[in-house]
Amino acid sequence: MTSQSKHAEMLSGAAMVIRALADEGVEYVYGYPGGAVLHIYDALFQQNKVKHVLVRHEQAATHMADAYARATGKAGVVLVTSGPGATNAVTGIATAYMDSIPMVVLTGQVMSHLIGEDAFQETDMLGISRPIVKHNMSVRRPEDIPYLIKKAFYIAQSGRPGPVVLDIPKDMTIPSNKFPYHYPDEIKLRSYQPKLKGHSGQIKKAVSALLAAKKPVLYSGGGVIMGGAAAELTELAQYLNLPVTNTLMGLGAYPGEDKQFIGMLGMHGSYEANQAMHHADLILAVGARFDDRVTNNTKKFCPNATIIHIDIDPASISKTINAHIPIVGLVQPVLEEMLATVKQKKKKLDSSALEQWWQQINDWRAVHGGRYDTTSALLKPQHVIEQVSKITKGEAFVCSDVGQHQMFAAQYYKFNKPNRWINSGGLGTMGFGLPAAMGVKLNFPQADVVCVTGEGSIQMNIQELSTCKQYGLGVKIINLNNGYLGMVKQWQDMNYESRYASSYMDSLPDFIKLAEAYGHVGIRVTKPEELQPALQRAFVELKDQLVFLDIHIDPKEHVYPMQIPGGAVNEMFLSKTERT
Amino acid sequence: MRHIISVLLENESGALARLVGLFAQRGYNIDSLTVAPTEDPTLSRLTLVTHGNDQVIEQITKQLHKLIEVVKLTDLSEAAHIERELMLVKVKAVGEQRDEVKRSADIFRGQIVDVSATTYTVQLVGTSDKLDAFIQALSGTQILEVVRSGVSGISRGEKTLAL
Repeated sequence: MTSQSKHAEMLSGAAMVIRALADEGVEYVYGYPGGAVLHIYDALFQQNKVKHVLVRHEQAATHMADAYARATGKAGVVLVTSGPGATNAVTGIATAYMDSIPMVVLTGQVMSHLIGEDAFQETDMLGISRPIVKHNMSVRRPEDIPYLIKKAFYIAQSGRPGPVVLDIPKDMTIPSNKFPYHYPDEIKLRSYQPKLKGHSGQIKKAVSALLAAKKPVLYSGGGVIMGGAAAELTELAQYLNLPVTNTLMGLGAYPGEDKQFIGMLGMHGSYEANQAMHHADLILAVGARFDDRVTNNTKKFCPNATIIHIDIDPASISKTINAHIPIVGLVQPVLEEMLATVKQKKKKLDSSALEQWWQQINDWRAVHGGRYDTTSALLKPQHVIEQVSKITKGEAFVCSDVGQHQMFAAQYYKFNKPNRWINSGGLGTMGFGLPAAMGVKLNFPQADVVCVTGEGSIQMNIQELSTCKQYGLGVKIINLNNGYLGMVKQWQDMNYESRYASSYMDSLPDFIKLAEAYGHVGIRVTKPEELQPALQRAFVELKDQLVFLDIHIDPKEHVYPMQIPGGAVNEMFLSKTERT
Repeated sequence: MRHIISVLLENESGALARLVGLFAQRGYNIDSLTVAPTEDPTLSRLTLVTHGNDQVIEQITKQLHKLIEVVKLTDLSEAAHIERELMLVKVKAVGEQRDEVKRSADIFRGQIVDVSATTYTVQLVGTSDKLDAFIQALSGTQILEVVRSGVSGISRGEKTLAL
């Protein structure tokens, strides 16, 4: 039904919403019904192409859709009602926006003639969401619905991706008002034409600079993951023997176990990655945005480096760090062209200089090397993550919440594939992990899907254990329980003389009983020797079930390395007693 | 430095709010803003005066470009251009002041567009500097009200900002 015909099918606005989603190839919609979207829910009920997933709180719907997008590159779809339904979705929309994740959010709205009258469950969702969306629109005429939905997907998924909100007043969906349905094949906008290919002259310039480098570092971010360019990045890095560091959002773009991978960089980056960045003479930045959690003090950032910056968003280039050779375009075709140009030149980097550089990097590697206390009688969070990485062979989807556990997961899980590390990097949304894991598990039922969380984060969306039961989502919850808001506590230890203002999670629930109350399995792990059998049970024996592993870890552990505020990228605390 | 940014914007509801919101959200300045539809009713033309260093202005133009409804934009102050602002000033005009205000208005090529027993309303068109100078020139007079339109601008010569 994509071609215009004289006898177009007559559909109501509500039916058009659902048909357009089906024509867009949408399998799941995540949402929660309410007054303003009841016509749409009735249309959903009367067909079986688009399936609806009922969450327990709208925030979870947005994170499910968001995680689906992170795992597949395609926009996730959310359907919520007006007023509180829409405002509950706001945190999830902002989360997607900060990490450039494609998402289409359909929000109900009160009837057109009531807008502006403070009607029941009315809220100005266009106004509220404006600063946290790539774009938003409202339906003025029911017959525009197919076009607006196509436009929403086009904007969400093209260029630098992001969430798009479509606000739908209830009277646009009245079942008895029918209009000819036609879903457009493509959309062209005179005001929005994202650049695709990079400028060839700039690419040539970048290749020449890269081949002349003596101390190069390849620094890649989330753009490589969402831009589907991990293969090209890996090939280029291996062809030229470049050291590769990934941002928090970019993990998995390059195999985590490969010797050319020097770890994550930035605030909790590896010693060798941050040192290499600081001493580099050339930085090839790909789909990364020189965020403050990477650069530390921008004035002291990478003083000797020529910076090549590839990004789809011109506004990301020279925003915080001046790029010497900017290339605007999709990272995948740009990297492809770079690789072709490099191969054509039949030239590589000066091998003796590169060898010296690698020697230096390997010396740095030996300094810290991700060490932690392995003799402790208490369970160490780093050890737990390493064991999860082992039992899942570095191939699980790891969906993280926000805090210390997130950093431990980023540092100690060896991501060998892209799109498997799913976390809220930009906004830092606690409560993201469980719904994210659910969104992935629903779409990849055979895969191992892990939610790495803490006793603080998990309680922000714990009601979703009920949704997991309803849809049989066998995610594995690794609750790194230290009885504290760990990252808050770490900062209070370091900057506030250990005054734990509201960072102690008093009166925690019995997570085992809680998991059981929702119909799942809970396993408590309090001693190091209990870990292996528990993981074995969760990941092998109870493969298809949701298992809540409540793992009691050393409450005093800190995340290291940690950049020293105001310092250069390579100024770090290495442990509670050592610094650079 | 002061910059005059001229924008062609889709004439759609919410477009202006989005543009103004961007400035508030990212902490950019708006010194003045004028907007109205063009000869093509689907397009609005907007002139915005802002200030900032080169890096800030570069970010402003890039961020504006990212807005879906922004069709085209240019920084008029980068090349030869014409800028005009309209001002209406209501002043107390009694006794000797009546002649004094009239003389000043003539010197600045302003027009008195409304008269009452005790007031004159002067209309003046020109660059922002000229309008500032006129207000200075009225320093001996009691100003009752000042209304300024904000700057509108256009490039000199054959250069245009059009579809």
